[in-house]
Amino acid sequence: MAGRDQSLTVSGVLAASLILILTFGTLAAVGWRAEGAGQLGPADFAAIRFTLWQSFLSATISTILAVPVARALARRRFPGRGLVITLLGAPFILPVIVAIFGLLAIFGRTGVLSEISRAFGGEALNIYGLHGVVLAHVFFNIPLATRLILQGWLAIPAERFRLAASLGFRGRDIARQLEWPMLREVLPGAWLVIFLICLTSFAVALTLGGGPRATTVELAIYQAFRFDFDLGKAALLALIQFGIGGTAALFALRIALPQTAGGGFDRTVERWDARGRLSRWTDVLAIGLAMIFLLSPLTAVFAEGLRGIPDLGAPVFRAAVASVLVALASTALALLLSLSLAHLIVAMGHRRGGPLLEALGYLSIAASPLVVGTGLFILIFPFVSPDYLALPVTALVNATMSLPFVLRSLVPALREVESRYGTLSESLGLGGWRRFRIVTLPRLRRPLGFAAGLTAALSMGDLGVIALFAGPEQATLPLQLYRLMGAYRMEEAAAAALLLLALSVALFWIFDRGGRADADA
Amino acid sequence: MRGFLLVLIWALSPGITLAHEDHHLTVYTYGSFASEWGPGPRIQAAFEATCECELELVAVGGTDDILKRLASEGEDSPADVVVGINADRAAIAEAAQIFAPHRLLQGRYDMPLGWHHALFVPIDWGYVSFIYDKPRTPSPPSSFRDLAASEATILIQDPRSSAAGLALLLWVKAAYGDESEEIWRDLADNIVEVTEGWSASYGQFLEGGADMVLSYTTSPAYHVLVEGDRSKAAAQFDEGHYMQIELAGVLTTSNSTDLAHDFVEFLMSDQVQALLPESNWMYPARMPEGGIPEEFGNLISPSRALFLNPSTAESLREEALREWLAAINP
Repeated sequence: MAGRDQSLTVSGVLAASLILILTFGTLAAVGWRAEGAGQLGPADFAAIRFTLWQSFLSATISTILAVPVARALARRRFPGRGLVITLLGAPFILPVIVAIFGLLAIFGRTGVLSEISRAFGGEALNIYGLHGVVLAHVFFNIPLATRLILQGWLAIPAERFRLAASLGFRGRDIARQLEWPMLREVLPGAWLVIFLICLTSFAVALTLGGGPRATTVELAIYQAFRFDFDLGKAALLALIQFGIGGTAALFALRIALPQTAGGGFDRTVERWDARGRLSRWTDVLAIGLAMIFLLSPLTAVFAEGLRGIPDLGAPVFRAAVASVLVALASTALALLLSLSLAHLIVAMGHRRGGPLLEALGYLSIAASPLVVGTGLFILIFPFVSPDYLALPVTALVNATMSLPFVLRSLVPALREVESRYGTLSESLGLGGWRRFRIVTLPRLRRPLGFAAGLTAALSMGDLGVIALFAGPEQATLPLQLYRLMGAYRMEEAAAAALLLLALSVALFWIFDRGGRADADA
Repeated sequence: MRGFLLVLIWALSPGITLAHEDHHLTVYTYGSFASEWGPGPRIQAAFEATCECELELVAVGGTDDILKRLASEGEDSPADVVVGINADRAAIAEAAQIFAPHRLLQGRYDMPLGWHHALFVPIDWGYVSFIYDKPRTPSPPSSFRDLAASEATILIQDPRSSAAGLALLLWVKAAYGDESEEIWRDLADNIVEVTEGWSASYGQFLEGGADMVLSYTTSPAYHVLVEGDRSKAAAQFDEGHYMQIELAGVLTTSNSTDLAHDFVEFLMSDQVQALLPESNWMYPARMPEGGIPEEFGNLISPSRALFLNPSTAESLREEALREWLAAINP
């Protein structure tokens, strides 16, 4: 018994230690290096205020706008409904900087809406500033909010709607008796998840903030780092970011967070109250507007990107190769770490350590990449020039950041395999690596493929730590795209955005597909 | 497999530099100087024609980026010369103790103000100013107070990441001293956006993103000479305009010291000075024999040249930065 899992236990412990170092270790480094709070100027307080305010607005607007969309999807069945719901999951693998490029093409000064406005004698739009940041966050989070709320709607048993109909309830009664209580339960959780996501916003504030007036704490860390090379200040800001994120996460523990486990979206509930023409039209409008809002920036990326392809230069391809390598390394690392950790978690079962270990895996969701990056920099800088480590560190941090998602898909699957085949394997004397290869791995293919695809796509699109570390002639594709936008080479930037989008989707697709190959055969 | 490894090395290497001998000179500079539209390639060709050596231009970035890079490379730095040090950051560059005294015998420069420095040689300079579009803005503001009181919108650059942005900060400081914070508070509502670099704000200005953009008095010459467009002009401010000077210096760690000093002298030659106006869009530090393009004569000439010497600029920088950040973050 003891011999069978020894190597797996060791690797599990190693993985857990590495995660501890990356989270608490870097935090300790940050705390050690941080200057006194007296160093904070008015601009830093403005950054803290701005971070909270934009997150509040983004979360509020996203959840409110998502309600009618979710309701429409919950009570209508139409061709393409499955596609719409799949699409709502897409922002997860959509690189932030690509979406920003698309939003600029629609809402920017030379964008479609500005052209329309000018054609009617109006002013061009200015996207930079608070409203631009909120716009981008709403773009990213309406789909998430819709999925969360839709789940709430579908969780209301169909029998209740049938009973309501037989009792002669009107739409208003149903809203009060059935829908409103559900929303009251679901909305705070959805709001908080989005609030948490927006707190760590970096790339959006960097590109759409329009300068020091719309600076998030994460962006302030970057500025202290890049512009002033003030490690003490960067570390202090990193502590503040951790404090804000940690506090919000504590609140999150008190509210039941909704689960985004897929599945169950494929049914609608018969709604006798929603047969009227008015409610049909409002539902069409809700879904239609949401789709236009979500798809038009992506369409713009396609249209402009194709035109810009002849402008693509060698640095873009170089950055693309670097990005793919980073994504692959980060995927391998994330899978290795989470498989080791998952084994240990499952092996420990419900003993005291098990849930604790699982919590450890989810820890990095509260950590911000820039805080981890700052900590790593403080730890590494005395020994090696950070220029040389920009790409390895990016791969490492990206792997850590995707651990929660990977674990979430692996741990339940592994538990299932163990409970089904564990005793059988043991009675056959199958243990260690052989058992993993013969019994476990084939049954984990699907979740592994999905998790790998997710990790690769997330890493591919990441613009965070790399911005802290990269030297001038080093870049990942998202950073190169940001630099092209900064140099106002918009044709080339458009093509780079399309390339980045294509690579992210391709990586996700290849891994996810690879995981399903067997099952579909 | 070999091919894959090569691709791997190519993608991951932070720029492979050749081992340097006496016939190889490595110059660190900023991006647009080394770009195909900048003066870099032409200077390189001209120097290589005479020096029997190989000149390598490395686009590192602004003064701070270059200093950071040199600090991390230390003794092993392949760089011999740095071109494009911002005079407003010269005190920091000097404090790094990595630059050797220049060997230029005669310090004759044709700039509105004299320049005396043991380490750094000025290669070109320009006045910062706000550029506007004549048809769109028929009566541009004529001072900072005028601008602050007007409805005019401006795009500026972040003084922490851009030389022009820092020059603007020092411009206000040099013109208004203790009142500069008040000026910034009044200007705050005119600022549409603060970009990291010059290109982003200039690009947005050309697309109509604001009425004016922070740039140089020489920018309109570019539009006339390259695009035949006479619609752009610099707004003349009564306070005078701040001068931004670009410097070159030789590194103490250079293994080709003589060649490095030859190159700095070459930068001051008529040949190079004559090509700077139309490639770097700045005034030459030393007027070449044949003069500069006539179009530069049509540009505004400020009533006063404002400039803070490097040590003053450095001592005021932090405070000015704090004032600025506070004023635009009400």
